[in-house]
Amino acid sequence: MRSAVVLFPGSNRDHDMVKALHDVTGNRPTVVWHQDATLPDVDLIVLPGGFSYGDYLRCGAIAARSPAMLDVARKAKAGVRVLGVCNGFQILTEAGLLPGALMRNAHLRFVCKEVKLRVINNATDFTRAYAKGQVIRCPVAHHDGNYFADPETLARLEDDGRVAFRYAEGTNPNGSINDIAGILNEAGNVLGMMPHPENLIEALHGGLDGRGLFESVIQAVAA
Amino acid sequence: MKVRVTITLKAGVLDPQGKAIEGALRGLGFAGIDGARQGKIVDLALAETDPDKARATVADMCEKLLANTVIENYDIAVLG
Repeated sequence: MRSAVVLFPGSNRDHDMVKALHDVTGNRPTVVWHQDATLPDVDLIVLPGGFSYGDYLRCGAIAARSPAMLDVARKAKAGVRVLGVCNGFQILTEAGLLPGALMRNAHLRFVCKEVKLRVINNATDFTRAYAKGQVIRCPVAHHDGNYFADPETLARLEDDGRVAFRYAEGTNPNGSINDIAGILNEAGNVLGMMPHPENLIEALHGGLDGRGLFESVIQAVAA
Repeated sequence: MKVRVTITLKAGVLDPQGKAIEGALRGLGFAGIDGARQGKIVDLALAETDPDKARATVADMCEKLLANTVIENYDIAVLG
């Protein structure tokens, strides 16, 4: 499986993502600078976590308008899988590739801890290696992860099975509406999520629960 | 031409920063506060001299970058 990681000024989880992709897929991803107007042809494009452009204006707002993102949007429309984690999720909403917005955490504090995620839809390219309803451990680290969407958008997401992950009961760390932790686009090839699956892929780091997401994409590519 | 853009959160969108400001003002003893909402201002200096054209350009800027219309409203004032 071939993958690419887009690097923005202020990205800081790109190394973790590159390592996770390398370890789980066996292939080292291509790292693409955000000013590059064309991404390589790959099976998965990843927007990593961090603080692109120092969160100026709004989290992800300026990164979403970078040259690489125009090509990400083109490729997403053509069906290429795109994963945005944390700041990458914020960038995807700002780019209009996912609906809604990520707002300041309801309690106004930066949250850095492990949470539990429930797999709501396991019939996706990103979750097929998990069981439906399975609860996995996953770290979060963010200040603006409070997902918001208007009632019509929210109803569409819920009715169409586009909520991929929810914070398990009682563990919502940021006030996110309907405990939403990760959502898909309409076609199902774009996933945005606040938690960091790339940080739970080695036994030495305390668990392997994040591997399933990358293994899901490998399975989807092979299918 | 100077143009001021004021960006505010839409009604119904939770504003935890506004809530914190409201709480702090109450803590300072200010009474009768019915709410506080936080927004932002962007001042632009444009080469354009026609106010209508400037307004149209800035509206385009707001739609494409300055405001996130999922959660924010914007107001454009031509300051001259």
